[in-house]
Amino acid sequence: MTYKYFPHTEEDLQAMLSTVGIDSIDALYAQIPEAIRFRDNYQLPTEMSEIEVRQLFERLGQQNKQLTCYAGYGVYDHYTPSVIPQLLQRSEFLTSYTPYQAEISQGTLHYIFEYQSMMAELTGMDISNASMYDGTTATAEAMMMAVAAGKKQNRVLVSETLNADTRKVLDTYALHHGIELVTIAEEGGVTSRKSLEALLAEGGVAGVIVQQPNAVGIIEDYSGFADACHDKKALFIMNSVAADLAVLKTPGEWGADIAVGDGQSLGIPMLWGGPYVGYMCCTEKLIRKMPGRIVGKTVDNRGQRAFVLTLQAREQHIRRQKATSNICSNQSLMALWVTVYLSLMGKQGLKEAAELSYAGAHYLCDKLLATGKFHLVYDQPFFNEFLVHYDGNMDNLFSSCRMNGILPGVRMDDGNLLMAVTEKRTKEEIMEYMKIIEGI
Amino acid sequence: MNKVMEGLYYSESHEYVRVEGEYGYVGITDYAQNALGNVVYVDMPEVDDEVEAGEEFGAVESVKAASDLISPVSGTVVEVNEALDDQPELINQDAYENWIIKVEMSDKTELDNLMDAKAYEEFCAK
Amino acid sequence: MNNRLYGNLIFELSKEGRKGYSLPKNHFGNYEVPPSLRREQDAALPECDELTVVRHYTNLSNNNFGVDTGFYPLGSCTMKYNPKVDEEIAALPQFQNLHPKQPAETVKGAQALVTLLERSLCELTGLAHFTFKPYAGAHGELTGLMVIDNYHRSRGDLQRKKVIVPDSAHGTNPASAAVCGLEIIEVKSQADGTVDVEDLQRLCSLCGDDIAAMMMTNPNTLGLFETHIPEIAKLIHDCGGLMYYDGANLNPMLGACRPGDMGFDVMHINLHKTFSTPHGGGGPGSGPVGVREGLQEFLPMVSPYHGNFGVMVRAYAYILSLGREHIKEVGPLATLNANYIKESLKDVYELPIDTVCCHEFVFDGLKDKSTGVTTMDVAKRLLDYGYHAPTIYFPLLFHESLMIEPTENESKETLDAFIAVMRKIAEEAKTDPELVKSAPHTTPIGRVDDVLAAKHPIVTYKQMVNDEN
Repeated sequence: MTYKYFPHTEEDLQAMLSTVGIDSIDALYAQIPEAIRFRDNYQLPTEMSEIEVRQLFERLGQQNKQLTCYAGYGVYDHYTPSVIPQLLQRSEFLTSYTPYQAEISQGTLHYIFEYQSMMAELTGMDISNASMYDGTTATAEAMMMAVAAGKKQNRVLVSETLNADTRKVLDTYALHHGIELVTIAEEGGVTSRKSLEALLAEGGVAGVIVQQPNAVGIIEDYSGFADACHDKKALFIMNSVAADLAVLKTPGEWGADIAVGDGQSLGIPMLWGGPYVGYMCCTEKLIRKMPGRIVGKTVDNRGQRAFVLTLQAREQHIRRQKATSNICSNQSLMALWVTVYLSLMGKQGLKEAAELSYAGAHYLCDKLLATGKFHLVYDQPFFNEFLVHYDGNMDNLFSSCRMNGILPGVRMDDGNLLMAVTEKRTKEEIMEYMKIIEGI
Repeated sequence: MNKVMEGLYYSESHEYVRVEGEYGYVGITDYAQNALGNVVYVDMPEVDDEVEAGEEFGAVESVKAASDLISPVSGTVVEVNEALDDQPELINQDAYENWIIKVEMSDKTELDNLMDAKAYEEFCAK
Repeated sequence: MNNRLYGNLIFELSKEGRKGYSLPKNHFGNYEVPPSLRREQDAALPECDELTVVRHYTNLSNNNFGVDTGFYPLGSCTMKYNPKVDEEIAALPQFQNLHPKQPAETVKGAQALVTLLERSLCELTGLAHFTFKPYAGAHGELTGLMVIDNYHRSRGDLQRKKVIVPDSAHGTNPASAAVCGLEIIEVKSQADGTVDVEDLQRLCSLCGDDIAAMMMTNPNTLGLFETHIPEIAKLIHDCGGLMYYDGANLNPMLGACRPGDMGFDVMHINLHKTFSTPHGGGGPGSGPVGVREGLQEFLPMVSPYHGNFGVMVRAYAYILSLGREHIKEVGPLATLNANYIKESLKDVYELPIDTVCCHEFVFDGLKDKSTGVTTMDVAKRLLDYGYHAPTIYFPLLFHESLMIEPTENESKETLDAFIAVMRKIAEEAKTDPELVKSAPHTTPIGRVDDVLAAKHPIVTYKQMVNDEN
């Protein structure tokens, strides 16, 4: 029985069994009916030493290829400062629990308060919660929040220019939650204002969801959207790529009631899909309708400033079926990741990284168009991601790139390619990429 | 000791109605505010909203609990107690003085379904 | 060691003109974001040098308490040791620098890991298929309920919207049901803390055709094994419902019993509980959902990729490290530890249900109530002795619940020391109750005013500054 994670010696076991008053450990499970008692060996590999575990993962890792990344679609290859993984390995952050005992969790509570402050600033909204799972589920939560706030209206309008994965998650939640999702048509690559107004006029709308930049990287003009929504008492919900808000007009400035999205672009590696961090920010008057944990400032009994989980009456452990959501664990450590990122990059760095991304993307785009084999699908402004049509053979493009360690972009329908550039892509890398493209 | 006032009508979910002509002042009882603890927020409907007997019309929150408000009568909300926005603790100070909504009752016979002070006192004692 | 200057808020350490980053120069030429698309003012984020940022967060960490710091007997949370080899592997660039939309042939290692982990979980639970899309336990519950709802819808059974839960259930259960558009009905517990099978029979007779599922943990939230689980499963299956297993309490079952064998059709696992991945201050977790054969087509899309892949890497490293030999020892050792503490303290703490428990058990406060010292007070006084408090005021079945779960990693010395401190606090409650009621005394802060925090919520730095002026 001796194993490095189990401290019990034979002597310990004997003493403890004696205290409990039983002969053998097996007696502890006397209440399990024999018919379902599991006495076999699990069909699992035999135990592995640390050396062997490392070797196995080494072999698995070799079958994964790290590529120079021009793919986006909601997940971006942004720069991760070296400070972050070092700080996050501090076990007081990594191995601690939810900060329910405020007296010994001021570390966590402080950084969550900072995270909330920074996300509210970035999105131009009044307040933020302590994080959600990811951008897609945060958008689903915003959808449910709008319907809950909307006094019996259960229609939510969703722009056709929303990321298709986000839309699928919304469809899933809407189906079970009794929400009717209606698509606002796309026209020329952007959300059709006419379609929005026609659908709003039909009535019964609790919320409207748009994306900025949209699923194919286009920066849309949402002038008048917020007013149109508010006229019909619908909430205006905007999903944005967090890093882009360093420079772009914010959801707050567009008049949004709720701003949601993913914080992966704030220095979190691509991690093959997760863990990322969803954010949700809203206007002050919606604070009690917001799901998730919220940290607030208060004082302790010695007169010191302190932070504590607040407005818990909204949450599952108190409100149960009337809770604003069922969320319990969120993505706290990833919220810390993002908080340290925003502290290091700060006001200027975040802007600089975004401007570099913008410049790199437009540089690449111009070079691609100059070959004559690529055409922009839509004549619309874009940020650091754009949709092109490729006249050549897409399979050949992908296999040539693959041989040269490049991920050309995300393959879309109709021979289209969605490409993204971040501050990590150098001019040399882009020149390399162009050489390969020209050589096909 | 939980205070129970004479002349009011009481529901099993610890709301009361104080009737004045066609109007009913609805709030929560002393028993309820005691069970909740320090009230930090009252979620109230708006003027002109409709309420229905037995249906939820808002909520009262403390730090450790949240309670739905179930209306004892049906009708239209003609006034909400705006003092509770800034000072929700008024309910703890005097639950009967600090009502939550004033309703223009649509069916006064509904009052027959409620308890009087004595019956409510017995109900609480159980 | 804590430094007053660095241990406050990062905004208070910010100074205009400082920077904590370095980025490449812009060699791309003149590409500028048009003014009409830009935000009016820059985000008011901090401006700090790198050392200041490092000192600040290092000092913050000194005010926290992790499993690595000390004993964390939180019932229902399974605060077990987070192995460092798992961290090392999860940090490997070959597992981190992968875009989720990379072509399949470039991520064969990642895909293999998903398959291998799925097979391991199937083996340990007796279910046939797992999805890793749910990001946490509550998300897993929701996903599992969606599977059940989808199943009934596919058979035209559209009236099945009721989910039965024991009255001792965790808050996420009814909350998840509500998000899924389902209604919760509670079944009573008997005096011994387990599900009252007669009351369940009554419910099944009353509304059997409306029952979508029964949702429960086993062992239950009191740490007691539901011996009648085969009858319970049969009752629900007979009236056309499915059985959902909340995997929060799976730890003591490793080596003892499998949810699939108990009769469950759908379940979720908390990788951050049973499979040792770190709690991270409140996430990220991972809540994979398992189904018996035939239900896999009903798995919903609740996230785009494979959920929190980084968490899964850690869980698989853990399973490989333990191997088949030691994974089956997890349950027995955790169970022995829990019973040891229970037997050693039941003379000073009130044990409402005096029987063999699994991995956790509940005290209903101190035996001697005359001092007025509550479970809250005991929990706060424990902090002074360098322990994290147990779970308090859950389950709701008892007024002064104190739920203790020592995992299999805790040594007899740790348990003995904890027992001694709990006895000491029980003594203090008699000899110096005020000391306990006003605890903690040695922590960075004392008890907080949570009424103030709820009445006047100040949740951003900007609000804080405005409020102070």
